[in-house]
Amino acid sequence: MQKRVVSLWFPRLASDRFLRAWPIDAPFALIERQNNTERLYCLNQLATNEGLHVGMGYADARAFCPNLQTRPVDIEGDQRFLHTLVKWAKRYCPWVGIEGVDGLVLNVTGSVHLYQNEVTFLNDIHWRIERAGISVRSGMADTRGAAWAIAHYGKGIATEGQSLNAIGALPIAALRLDSKTCISLQRLGIRKILDLTALPRSTITRRFGAVVLLRLDQALGAQPEDISPIEDPPRYQARLNLPDPIGLEADVLAGTERLLTQLCDRLKQQEVGARVLSLNLRRVDRGTQQIELRLACPMRDPARILPLFTRGIGGIDAGFGIDQLRLIATQVERLATKQISHTTGKTNGHLDDLITRIGNRIGLENVQRLLPADSHIPEHSFTIAPVAYSEADGSWGRDRERPIQLFNPERIQGTGSIPPKSIRWRRMYFTVGHITGPERIAPEWWLPDENWQSGVRDYWKVETNEGRRLWMFYTPQNPSWFVHGEFP
Amino acid sequence: MVNATMTSEFQKHFPLKENRVHEVCGPSAVSFACAVAGQARGTALWVRTAWQTDQINPLGFNHYFDPHDLIIAKGKDETEVLATAEETLRSGAVTLAIIELTKPIGLTVGRRLQLAAKTGGTIGLCIIQDGMGSNAAETRWHCAPLFDATDSTLQRWKLIKNKSGTFKTWDIRWDAETRRIIVVSKTGQ
Repeated sequence: MQKRVVSLWFPRLASDRFLRAWPIDAPFALIERQNNTERLYCLNQLATNEGLHVGMGYADARAFCPNLQTRPVDIEGDQRFLHTLVKWAKRYCPWVGIEGVDGLVLNVTGSVHLYQNEVTFLNDIHWRIERAGISVRSGMADTRGAAWAIAHYGKGIATEGQSLNAIGALPIAALRLDSKTCISLQRLGIRKILDLTALPRSTITRRFGAVVLLRLDQALGAQPEDISPIEDPPRYQARLNLPDPIGLEADVLAGTERLLTQLCDRLKQQEVGARVLSLNLRRVDRGTQQIELRLACPMRDPARILPLFTRGIGGIDAGFGIDQLRLIATQVERLATKQISHTTGKTNGHLDDLITRIGNRIGLENVQRLLPADSHIPEHSFTIAPVAYSEADGSWGRDRERPIQLFNPERIQGTGSIPPKSIRWRRMYFTVGHITGPERIAPEWWLPDENWQSGVRDYWKVETNEGRRLWMFYTPQNPSWFVHGEFP
Repeated sequence: MVNATMTSEFQKHFPLKENRVHEVCGPSAVSFACAVAGQARGTALWVRTAWQTDQINPLGFNHYFDPHDLIIAKGKDETEVLATAEETLRSGAVTLAIIELTKPIGLTVGRRLQLAAKTGGTIGLCIIQDGMGSNAAETRWHCAPLFDATDSTLQRWKLIKNKSGTFKTWDIRWDAETRRIIVVSKTGQ
């Protein structure tokens, strides 16, 4: 079967997209900022009629057309919109790729007959897109290059095997060449594609490089050219409809197990693991119950995930019964297939399951671990991070003796830069037996910290005759004494 | 000789009896918990309420055990703490669960923790306020630092409740180099 390709070009994609949402009945342009000037990026028909063109300076355009309406361009939004169009175009064929920033290319081989013939096929595309308020130009040919040429510079359909006849009269710019090559070809008097085919091939390559002939051959079908289709993003969900409502916990669990098996197969194919799962239970009275399960690590093992659902399912009010179960992996993460070996311990999996279970009770962010941080400020020398979203790594410095417990600094009575002989702290009375210090710690001036506004601190380890060993500091710039921690 | 017998006596009690829940109180309870975690060799989970502001300092206890082996769970209230503790003890995924309690627990709660510890094969250690122990605990320890001009790790550990033995008191110190507890002989005092 002869390959057939449709090329669609949306010449006013950006402005059409904007005007679909906010219709303006006046000359309109989207403005792009290039270096230090603002230039017209995309115009509507009225603006073109006023004599404006793309790439024109904004100030010039205002001079030509004082009632010009403008907005800044959103290039990312346009790309998202183009991807939406890709999804739409899949109603015509499964093989849809993106052409440049404002075009689509469809491999419609074998799907044209669904619309009687090629003319009605293209008419249907035009009718639907233009109804949505987007201007479009199209071309249909045997090759991607010829379809592109017709969409941008010509009109109509190149019937099978008639590519050269259809595009021969088009300018050479229709071969997707850069403007420099086009200008040099035009200087030689080669204005049409037919002129180019009349020349001996070796002279063209010698003068302009291989790209000119490559583009020509691609347009005429002598060289193949692929279309990379854009894949639909995978959807991770499974659904189970029940003819009769269920209400027993064991039944819901059995249904969930069936869905989990389906979902995990799909996760495995894509080499991802679920991070957040959501189980929606629809009751016969149309009420919905939702169970959200946040996992401590990406997982795709149904046997391990199912027990974690038990607690949530136990708390469900089934009412008059549940007749639909839907399981969605709302958040997934990459999880490559791993070789099982004797070094991968079993306990790790147990620990992750435990963290998931605890996390679903008290919140996954409340299950934390300590990580080393690069700071000499005692309370900043470690950070607290959720276990589920961090790795235990980094080494702990052991250079200086530090207390085992840190308090918020508690002020005590005392004067002078040497620790007082007797201390009253937390309604307890201590006499000092042995002191070690001072160790001066200066605040990190590059990080504002309220607790360190009293300036540098001289830290002392104070061993009391009563036994307690306190970590105290004196602030010489703002004389007072504080207890900051306790040694074992 | 005296020291050797005391050490062997101590070793009957000190690596805490497995599958049971123990209690510790006194000013050095936190360092006792760290010493237990160091002996247990495995992941430890520390459960406490979120409003407690005293912060255990990893740079202070890293000569007892590796801070990477510690997971901290912060519950909203006492009920969440106990539920988390029970879940942890029963799962057996960690070797030690340290439970910081702010209120006395009843016999039922204590018994539930014991059963969970037995199921999971985990050691539980409740850090309690003085005089707030539960009767279900296997042992209860009171730990306090002792002043010694030459040694700044000296502590007095008193066994004040013991379901399977007598009470006893030891003076111990921590040897940071070998990560070991050394029982100090009382001769000369």
